Amino acid sequence: MSTAAIASSPEKPAPAKGIRWLHGEEARGLAMISPTLLYALALLLVPVLLVIAYSFWTQNYLEIDRTFTFENYRLALTEPIYRDLFVRSLWISMLTSAITVVFSYPIAWYISFHGGPHKNLWLFLVTIPCWTSYLLRVMSWKVILGYGGVLNTGLMAAGVIDQPITSLLYNANAVVITLVHSWAAFAILPIYVSLQKIDRSLIEAARDLGDGAVRSFLRVTLPLSMPGVISAFLIVMIPTVGDYVTPKLVGGKDGVMIATAIQAQFGKSANWPLGAALSVTTMVLVSLAAAAVVLSLRFAVRRLR
Amino acid sequence: MSDRPMISIENVSRYYGVYKALDDVSLQIGEGEFFSLLGPSGCGKTTLLRSIAGFDVPTSGEIRIDGVASTLLPANRRPTNMVFQNYAIFPHLDVGENVAYGLKRLRLDAAEERRRVADALDQVRLTGLDRRKANELSGGQRQRVALARALVMRPKVLLLDEPLSALDKKLREQMQVELRSLQQAVGITFILVTHDQYEALALSDRIAVMFGGCIAQVATPKEIYQHPRTRKVADFLGGMNFLRARLLADRKGDVSVDAAKFGTVNLAKPVGFTTSDGHVTVGIRPERLRLLWDDEKAPHELTGRVENRAYFGEVTHLTIGVDGLEQPLSMVETNDYGADDLPVGAEIRLAYDPDAFVLLADDEMGLRAR
Repeated sequence: MSTAAIASSPEKPAPAKGIRWLHGEEARGLAMISPTLLYALALLLVPVLLVIAYSFWTQNYLEIDRTFTFENYRLALTEPIYRDLFVRSLWISMLTSAITVVFSYPIAWYISFHGGPHKNLWLFLVTIPCWTSYLLRVMSWKVILGYGGVLNTGLMAAGVIDQPITSLLYNANAVVITLVHSWAAFAILPIYVSLQKIDRSLIEAARDLGDGAVRSFLRVTLPLSMPGVISAFLIVMIPTVGDYVTPKLVGGKDGVMIATAIQAQFGKSANWPLGAALSVTTMVLVSLAAAAVVLSLRFAVRRLR
Repeated sequence: MSDRPMISIENVSRYYGVYKALDDVSLQIGEGEFFSLLGPSGCGKTTLLRSIAGFDVPTSGEIRIDGVASTLLPANRRPTNMVFQNYAIFPHLDVGENVAYGLKRLRLDAAEERRRVADALDQVRLTGLDRRKANELSGGQRQRVALARALVMRPKVLLLDEPLSALDKKLREQMQVELRSLQQAVGITFILVTHDQYEALALSDRIAVMFGGCIAQVATPKEIYQHPRTRKVADFLGGMNFLRARLLADRKGDVSVDAAKFGTVNLAKPVGFTTSDGHVTVGIRPERLRLLWDDEKAPHELTGRVENRAYFGEVTHLTIGVDGLEQPLSMVETNDYGADDLPVGAEIRLAYDPDAFVLLADDEMGLRAR
């Protein structure tokens, strides 16, 4: 594999630079990653650049007018429909991430601190839902939350309610519930890893210095597991902002998110430049929101000391 | 030692499944005492320390700290503080925050807290390093932070879990001196867990030697080195030449034995001494044997030949074969007269003092200290 990697390496040194560089640790590292790097460049960077380029052009019926313009961004940022969709998408993804992290942390904590010799079995069980198709998992929530669904008939059978609750499905709540379930495993794993890395004697030291279980958790365990919490938050938040399938299937009218609008521009409306501008705006907003989350979580933890 | 012990351990046992980590241990440690738990790894010394700290709950028995029944008391409610083996410095806090960690709960006013942190850092000679990040500290500094963080709480007992084992030899010796003077300055009880017999001898007021979850002997360093009760204790605290000797006379306070080539030796009789087959184990420290040069004479002499020689700088370790002894003798000789130049095979004479022999209990018989 490594010979193939070296053969296809674009970082072949100029002969004048000497043969030593070729044998260096650095050269070998670059050779190892070069297939992946090429793949990423061709299939990630180039499309993104293309989208950015499109966002400054104009759709002229069937043709693309390639004169530079900010018109698409003006539309994306001022049209109330898009503004509402951006706000809702960010809100849903933030809420989803927050709930996912809050639900996942105790599970990760339990596995890490009380998993005993069966930690790997627990982790395996956590990943089981991911074995079925994402689409199936979303669909099964329709079965659970629907008018005649599992939840409604169950509650009615138990005598808690007289008639089915209609507000369960086809709204933003349904989207959040479904997304939290879909992404839980991806949040548990990074939190688990950062909890595993905590030296247990640090927690004993906190206890020894007078902290009870709750205070030692807040002052030692939580701050030291923050890298895991932050990555869990971002791992959930970034993809869910642009999620398309879940809002489409369980969101109804109130659960529509920005991805639906983007899809419409690339599809039915056939306005690729506007769709591109919406995509780029989403990327920027997500980056800003992510940065804000990271900073505020860090700040919050520092206050705990 | 004052009348009431600071720490009182009564018949404490700890089982991990069927494995006995502590086997009916009883021990009393006085106020202001520097006490060491010495033993090989797996002897139960760390389990005992963690039971005193509150990190481990004994299966049976009782621990009292300053008169308070503490067996089931959680660690945060005991008047003890611990210096961990790896120091357990909080990596997300700087030195000052580490030292102030336990003070936060006391809700002191800011000036008082600052003063106590500064005093603690002065005490361990880290003055002015309070803004230093935890990962910018050397091994010795980490250890000092751990000490300051524990001492700032003004504990009644400071527990030290092999605190010097991660340091290099030079720094370790320096920290031993500092630890001893620190203990004398603060005047509280220190309990040190160590597997290094020289560390225990140099630092302690008293030492408990542990094997297999039991305390084999509790005594002052001098007593434990010069009069070890059992063969194992003698062996663990430095070199010892062991001999099987035949019992000649068993009197009220002492015994006479026939120690092969060493002739008849009179030994003090320890409490509870018994022998089943008329033989006993006696021992003599290598440094109590002395080479005789030229026509020097001694009242008790032995001849032998050099079988092995190891040069240690200031001293030379010699292995001497003596006809009529099963095991060759080890001895340590200063290099003043040229012991380092003795060839292997050289015929030598050595002097010994019959009073330097100790009577050692066999381990099964004398494992439990009374």
